[in-house]
Amino acid sequence: MHGLQILCVYMPRSCNRDGDYQPRKCAVGRLMGQIDLLSGNEALAEGAIRVGCRFFYGYPITPQGELFEYMARHLPEVGGTFLQSESEIAAISMIYGTAAAGKRVMTASSGPGISLMQEGLSHLAAAQLPCLIVNVMRAGPGLGRVRPSQADYLQATRGGGHGDYRVIVLAPASAQEMSDLAFEAFTLADKYRNPVMILCDGMLGQMMEPVDLADPTDPNQLPPKPWAVTGAKGRRRNLVLAAPYTDDELIALNLELKSKYASIEAQEARWESQFLDDAELALVAFGTSARISEDAVLKARMEGLKVGLIRPITLWPFPRQAFNALQKKIKAYLVVEMNAGQMLEDVLLAKRGDVPAFHFGLGGGWVPSTQDVYRELVEVYERKGTL
Amino acid sequence: MTKLFTRPSSMSDAAIPYCPGCTHGIAHRLVGEVIDELGIFEKVIGIVSAGCSVRSWRLYRFDMVLSAHGRSPAVATGLKRALPDNFVFAYQGDGDSAAIGLAELMHAALRCEEITVFMINNAVYGATGGQAAPTTLIGQKTTSYPSGRDPNYAGYPINMAEVIASVSKNSYVARVALNNIRNILKAKNAVIRAFKTQEKGLGFSFVEMLSACPIGWQMTPLDSLKWIEETMIQQYPLGEFKVPKGLEP
Repeated sequence: MHGLQILCVYMPRSCNRDGDYQPRKCAVGRLMGQIDLLSGNEALAEGAIRVGCRFFYGYPITPQGELFEYMARHLPEVGGTFLQSESEIAAISMIYGTAAAGKRVMTASSGPGISLMQEGLSHLAAAQLPCLIVNVMRAGPGLGRVRPSQADYLQATRGGGHGDYRVIVLAPASAQEMSDLAFEAFTLADKYRNPVMILCDGMLGQMMEPVDLADPTDPNQLPPKPWAVTGAKGRRRNLVLAAPYTDDELIALNLELKSKYASIEAQEARWESQFLDDAELALVAFGTSARISEDAVLKARMEGLKVGLIRPITLWPFPRQAFNALQKKIKAYLVVEMNAGQMLEDVLLAKRGDVPAFHFGLGGGWVPSTQDVYRELVEVYERKGTL
Repeated sequence: MTKLFTRPSSMSDAAIPYCPGCTHGIAHRLVGEVIDELGIFEKVIGIVSAGCSVRSWRLYRFDMVLSAHGRSPAVATGLKRALPDNFVFAYQGDGDSAAIGLAELMHAALRCEEITVFMINNAVYGATGGQAAPTTLIGQKTTSYPSGRDPNYAGYPINMAEVIASVSKNSYVARVALNNIRNILKAKNAVIRAFKTQEKGLGFSFVEMLSACPIGWQMTPLDSLKWIEETMIQQYPLGEFKVPKGLEP
């Protein structure tokens, strides 16, 4: 059992979009010297720098401090800009300016700070500006406390601020993925001209793991952004507007956004599946909960229980596709979350037929142990025939 | 037929979207004239936000950004840090700059960001129907304090130019009025000096413009201009409050 756990922790993997579980191939083959031991926060920050992000604006808050300070130390080394703002409202507004200029830009914050950024996030979505916002979640509501939590799932996946918009939300589950998804985040943000959020927690942020970092991208070699405001020299002027001029233009904008979100939903859902071929019970979990659930599933498999795991990597778009193929075999779902039942709503929307979906989790900074999840899993598994 | 008087070439033909007697249009024109005269059209980026001037991006021909209410000094910071060779200005109202966006403006001034902020001070919230602003004068009637601003209840007006001059170490800070030709010519000079400050990299620049709002003030346009001269300037004296080293007098 222990051996399997270690294998699991030390095998960095990449995200995939076809649902097959694929360990990251290069990790094993590469020389040891090319694999760094990094905390999740550092891995994410370094990943962002390597994908050409040269601007970071932020306001101090725990538990994202290491990410913020990594940027403060290392962005100047590559000619980048790090600025500590007077508030999260100012930070997200500075992002609005730098993103409008066509540069890769990001911030990191947590709970109360992310709430303050919702004004800016809504405006970024309206103006269709690409950027990365990292939410290293803490337990709320209110000021809450800094223990690992997944309490901001609904805020992140439903847009968060006012108006009819969506933010692409990525949920890493390892230091490797913190780095990989920073790459993914900027690529998706630019592709769709949309804000992207990485949703993680202090446990992922501070846990140190081997990370196979990607080769650096030259920010000057990125695809051009002909829509950016850079001064109207030799071209028609560009406009970056958080509001159109007329009611008709606003309707047109909303239709454009709706169609953009539909194509993101169709093309960009990512998830990881484990042991689902013959599974009768599927756990559904993301981020830290998925890491814990993964161990519980492995233990169950060793006990001969037909249990699998769906780990959404994109939380919006939620990977409904992962549930389509499971209609006949699965007898129950168990959603494991460090909150009072938020992703559960998406699982209830995605699952087919009368298969029941249960929730295991609490808010308030409660982190389940492998044993906790295993006990719950066995209880549901034993009742599954009678549900 | 010869046109004797036209809009500056950096301005478009869009209709001026303001009420009769409003002097926002004069402020826009001054900014346009100065951009033409300094030859910086290809490098300038303007930012507008909520308030009467929210639609003024249509009046210009250069790159423009519309941002959230009060946040344009922070947006300008993000733009200028990304494009240090460009000219970036924010056009704000008094609610935008002195109420909801006070922190963003104050900290941009403290950092001496090399941006220019034009602040229209008409002592009311015009776009939403004439409510009180931080700049509303003592005793002035508004739709939110119909019996007039009582300082014991609603506090005192804020003199933004003096405040900015006191906190921004490297900056050009002036207050002008748009109520008569003499003052408008002085206002244009302040706009030039603000952009010059940015061109030379001397720091932050801030021009507060006393502007008429006849509809918000429930006055005729002429009475409004008179009210600026006789009442507003008493509270908000005109002049340059700070001139950075390196900007000729």
